[in-house]
Amino acid sequence: MSDTADKPHLSRAHELDLLNRMIRIRRFEDKCAELYTQEKIRGFLHLYDGEEAVAVGVIPVLERRDRIVSTYREHGHALVRGVPMKAALAELYGKQEGCSGGRGGSMHFFDRETNFYGGNAIVGGGLPLAVGLALADHMRGDNIVTACFFGDGAVAEGEFHESLNLAALWALPVLFVCENNLYAMGTALALSESETDLHLKAASYRLSSEAVDGMDVIAVEAAARRAVAAIRKTGKPYFLECRTYRLRAHSMFDAQLYRDKAEVEAWRQKGPIVRFESWLEANHMIHSEDLASIEAGVAAEISEAVAFAEAGTWEPAEQLGRFTYAEGAV
Amino acid sequence: MKQDAARSETRELTYREAVREAIRDALIRDPRVFLMGEDVGRYGGCYAVSKGLLAEFGPERIRDTPLSESGFTGAGIGAAIAGMRPIVELMTVNFSLLALDQILNTAATIRHMSGSQFGVPLVIRMATGAGRQLAAQHSHSLEGWYAHIPGLKVLAPATLEDARGMLWTALEDPDPVLIFEHVMLYNMQGPLAADAAPVDIDKAAVRRVGHDISLVTYGGSLWKTLEAAAELAKAGIDAEVVDLRSLRPLDDATIMASVAKTRRAVIVDEGWRSGSISAEICTRIIEQAFWELDAPLGRVCSEEVPIPYPRHLEQAAIPQAAKIVAAAKSVVG
Ligand SMILES: Cc1ncc(C[n+]2csc(CCOP(=O)(O)OP(=O)(O)O)c2C)c(N)n1
Ligand SMILES: [Mg+2]
Repeated sequence: MSDTADKPHLSRAHELDLLNRMIRIRRFEDKCAELYTQEKIRGFLHLYDGEEAVAVGVIPVLERRDRIVSTYREHGHALVRGVPMKAALAELYGKQEGCSGGRGGSMHFFDRETNFYGGNAIVGGGLPLAVGLALADHMRGDNIVTACFFGDGAVAEGEFHESLNLAALWALPVLFVCENNLYAMGTALALSESETDLHLKAASYRLSSEAVDGMDVIAVEAAARRAVAAIRKTGKPYFLECRTYRLRAHSMFDAQLYRDKAEVEAWRQKGPIVRFESWLEANHMIHSEDLASIEAGVAAEISEAVAFAEAGTWEPAEQLGRFTYAEGAV
Repeated sequence: MKQDAARSETRELTYREAVREAIRDALIRDPRVFLMGEDVGRYGGCYAVSKGLLAEFGPERIRDTPLSESGFTGAGIGAAIAGMRPIVELMTVNFSLLALDQILNTAATIRHMSGSQFGVPLVIRMATGAGRQLAAQHSHSLEGWYAHIPGLKVLAPATLEDARGMLWTALEDPDPVLIFEHVMLYNMQGPLAADAAPVDIDKAAVRRVGHDISLVTYGGSLWKTLEAAAELAKAGIDAEVVDLRSLRPLDDATIMASVAKTRRAVIVDEGWRSGSISAEICTRIIEQAFWELDAPLGRVCSEEVPIPYPRHLEQAAIPQAAKIVAAAKSVVG
C-alpha cells in the first residue's frame, strides 16, 4: 500500500476532473428530464440530482477489476464507471444499442465491460447479490472489491440486515455505500428508523463503518480511499454512509407532497456542484474558462448521445423470445 | 353483482377513486379497520389511491411503514389474528415477493395449523400487471401464483363496481383475501351508482352475452377482451365474455354454463402461459365439460419472457385485442 493510496490527490487537474464528472451527470440527467417530457423516455425515471458527489467520490477510487451493484437510481454510477453516455441514453430510449440492449430501461443498466451489475429496482435487492459476488472473489482469493450502492430506505429491508451480517460473518470484500438522502419516496428517515444514525447499524454487525458528508466530493473521496484500502488489506466489508439529499422528485410521478419547497431550496444551496465550484473559486483553483470548457465538452457529448439514441433501432418484435434463456440452449 | 341502475343516481369517477372510497367507507364503518403500507400516508399511495386519507384518519389508521414487506405484512397478520381488520397495501405484486413467506407460511396456514383456533381476517391489496413500461421487475402478473394457495382468496376487480364493492366483503371474510388492482385500470373513468354497495366475492360475471364462443378473463384483460368481442361481432362471431372476478375460488359453474352454451372457449390471462391460472381453467373445462366442446380450447397469455422496457416489445409480450380476435377466430374455425 503506497502512502498516497488513501489520500486524494489534490491537484488542480484532479479537482477539475471531479467537477467535470459531477457536471456531466447533472447535465445528462437534466437532458433526461427534458426527454421524458417529450416522451422519448418512458416508465420510471429516477434522477440523481444532488447526490452526484457520492458516485464521483467513490467510483473512481475503484479499480477496473472491481465490481459495482446499484439501484434504479443508477445513471450517475454508470456514467462515472465508464458506461458510455451513448449506450446509457440509448437504453433510456429502449433502443437495441443501449447498454442492456434496450430491454432494461432506466432502472436496469448493466454493463459487463465495466463490471456493472445493475440497475436493481427491488429496494434492498442488490445487497445479497453484492455479497454473493464478493463471496466468489473471496473463495477464489481474488483481491476484488464489490461496491454496493443503496438508499436509506433499503436499511429497513431484511436483505440489508441479512447481507451485512453475512458479509461480516464471512469477511467478504464488500463496500456498502448507503446513499442516505433522508427519504424513501415520501417517507422521511425518522419515520422509518428507530436509529437514524445508519452507520451504527453496520457497526452492530461488526463492520468498519463511518458517516461522511455526501455533499462534499472531497470528503467522500477521502472516505472511499480509506474504505477501499481497508477492504483490500483485510478482505473485510466496510460501510460508508454518505449523507446527501435528492433535489428532484423521487421519480417523474412524484408530486412531492411530503416535503416543503423551502427544505429543498435550502439543500439546493448546499448542493455538491455549487459547493465544490465555489470552494474551487474561493481558492483560485478554477477559472471561468475551465467551467466553460467543461460545459462545452459535456454539451457536445450529450448532443452526440441524443443523436445516437435517436438513430438507434427498435428491436424487431419477432425477437421477443430472446434473452430468456442462454441463446442456443433449451 | 346485480345493480339496479334505474334505482339510483350515478356519478363519474375513476377506478382509483372507487378504491379510495371503498377504503374510506371501511374506515368509517369499522374502527378495527386500518390501512398500512409503504407510502400510504404522507406520499398518498404509490398510485395515489390513499391520497387525503391521512388528513382525515390520522397516522394511526393510515400507517406509513418502513420498507419491510415481510415485517409489516406479518404485523398485519398478527393484528388480524388479534382482532383488528387491517388492510395491508403492498404497493405492487412485484414487492409482495418479499412478503411471500408471511403470506404463504403464516397467513394461509395458521387456521389449518391451529385447528381453526386462529383465523386471519386480513385484506392485502396490491397493484399488478404490465403496460406502463416499467420493465422486467415491475410488471409482473402473479395473481395466478397466489391463486394456487389454499387458505387464500384472490380477487381481481376489473370494474368500478368491483373496485368499490369488493373491499368491504373481503374485510368481512374470516380469512385472508388478496385484492389485485391492475395498474392500467386506476385511471379508468366511468359511472358508478351513488349508493354503490358491497358485492359478492365468489362469483364470476358475464359481461357480454354471446353464443358462439366464451372468452374467459379477469382484471386488466377484461377491457381488451370486450374490445376483441366487439371486433369479432363485426366478423359475425358472437362472443360471450366471462369476468372471473375471483381467481380463488374459481366459479366453475358460471364458466361451465357459458361453455356448455357456446361450446368453445378462449382463456385470456396476462400471466405467463406455463403453469398459469389459464392452464387451470382449461383443465377444469376439460374435466367438467369435455363433451360439450366443439373445438380445442385456446389461450392468450403473456409471452414467456420477462416484460421488456420498450413499448413495442412490452405490448408484444402481453395479451392484446388483436391476439384475442385471432385466437377466437381460429377456435371458431
Ligand atoms: C422491495 C421494494 N419495495 C418497494 C419498492 C417501491 N420503491 C421504489 S423506490 C422506493 C424508495 C426507496 O428509497 P431509498 O432506498 O432511500 O432510495 P432512494 O430512492 O431515496 O434513492 C420505494 C419504496 C421497491 N422498488 N422495492
Ligand atoms: Mg432515500
